[in-house]
Amino acid sequence: MDAITAQLLAVVTFQAGFNTTVVMLGAAALGCAAGAAGTFAMLRRRALVSDAVAHGTLPGIAAAFLLAALLGRAPREAGWLMGGAGIAALISLLAIEWLGRRPRVGPDTATAAVLAAGFGLGLALMSVVQTLAVGRQAGLESLLFGSAAGMLPGEAQMMAVLAVFVLVVIALLLKEFSAVAFDPDFAATVGLPVARLDALVALVCAVVVVAALPIAGFVLAVALVVIPPAAARFWSDRAGTVVAVAAAIGAVSAFAGAALSAVLKDTPTGPAIVLVAALLFTLSLVFGRARGLLRGTG
Amino acid sequence: MDRLAITPPEALAPAIGHLAVVGLSVAYRGVPVLSDVTWSAPASGLTAIVGPNGAGKSTLIKAILGLVPSTGRVTIGGRSVDAMRDATAYVPQRATVDWDFPATALDVVLQGMVREPGWFRGYGRARRERALALLDRVGLADLASRQIGQMSGGQQQRVFLARGLARNAAILFLDEPLAGVDAASERIILDVFDTLDRDGRLVVCVHHDLGTVSERFADVLVLNKTVIAAGPVALAFTPQNLARAYGVPLTV
Repeated sequence: MDAITAQLLAVVTFQAGFNTTVVMLGAAALGCAAGAAGTFAMLRRRALVSDAVAHGTLPGIAAAFLLAALLGRAPREAGWLMGGAGIAALISLLAIEWLGRRPRVGPDTATAAVLAAGFGLGLALMSVVQTLAVGRQAGLESLLFGSAAGMLPGEAQMMAVLAVFVLVVIALLLKEFSAVAFDPDFAATVGLPVARLDALVALVCAVVVVAALPIAGFVLAVALVVIPPAAARFWSDRAGTVVAVAAAIGAVSAFAGAALSAVLKDTPTGPAIVLVAALLFTLSLVFGRARGLLRGTG
Repeated sequence: MDRLAITPPEALAPAIGHLAVVGLSVAYRGVPVLSDVTWSAPASGLTAIVGPNGAGKSTLIKAILGLVPSTGRVTIGGRSVDAMRDATAYVPQRATVDWDFPATALDVVLQGMVREPGWFRGYGRARRERALALLDRVGLADLASRQIGQMSGGQQQRVFLARGLARNAAILFLDEPLAGVDAASERIILDVFDTLDRDGRLVVCVHHDLGTVSERFADVLVLNKTVIAAGPVALAFTPQNLARAYGVPLTV
């Protein structure tokens, strides 16, 4: 046990090697961006869209793997899997948007339908992948369940770049996103492009989810978008502060989860991150300054 | 700073031009909600839209503002509403938003100015002070930093009114602003109406209480899916017109 504690200390103080350090900082940046972006998805009651997008990446990952195998390429190094995930995420997003506008479908049904269809197609393709006796499925595994250890420095850097991009977008559009989230009708009468701002929030969340695949896996990537904002809501009654707290909780969760996973060799990163986030959520629920249980106000 | 000043007279309702609705129809899933509404609003002053439940009163306001798809034409001073957005302010029904939202009263009022600073900028101190002054105008200066869910219905309605006032618009559309508010809130809202009237603005207000139309409004639009009558209250707000709108004889 002492050995693990010492190792954990080494990891969180960046003394566990260059690669681990890059991965953990990348994870922290991404968690930060996920928390901030997810706040607006939550306030607009569209958090589930990110889950559908995350599940929708599975057929893209599987198809990209099959295509790469067919062409005799190594899927991982060439960014095939992430590319496939990104394209599939975009298709899922467009499908949800298009279906949700049909009068007899509605946004929630559209989201659920795309989630189920994407996941179903993904599982079917994955069964094909498994019949291929391809030796190099390690890259695939890490996208499914997340793995800090197996992450390449290039992937970590890309995560960090995307995270910075997302944070800049949110910082610049904070007042517009807040106005649309609170009262889209009023925002439209003022002349804000509500549909485009909604699409931008959805896109930013999708970018975060796809970028989070290597570290959290496709099943749990959405947790980074959903849990930190929900936890942050307990701490403040101002949208700007909720965004900041969610970003902080997201960063700490991803950082600590990645560190735990690096130390406990058999624990995938995704579950470790989600467990840390869930712990922070529980603490927020109880002790939150604005609406935690101990505060006594609903 | 110019946008923070009081509206100059040339930006008020009579100078901006008439609000005109021509042949406006709205249907939800093939069921007509409004059909062929043609209405020329007064130049300024207080106008009530009355009619039975389901008459399409709220829908008319939303259609005028472009919030629901419609056919027909709506113009302000001959130009489309889209081109005249800054001449309009919308005060929606209180029940249309989630009051649990993490925002203070001041935050909500500031949303009325969301396009003023331009993209990528904060509101700035001058606008915060103006928002505070508007909250003071509706008697809520001391609740500026309170979370909006922790206010009474009447206070929430006044926050919405202050956000509408922040638009500094020539024409204000209000959806049932007096529904379910306490006496103090009602007095303050009506007082604001008087100021808007004196300024020369046009206030178009969906109103449910037929008993108070004559004392509070100068003009009326009696609606039941289409225009039953419109004009000065003395001429249009007659028992005959109300009977036609409500389908039963009513005394006023």
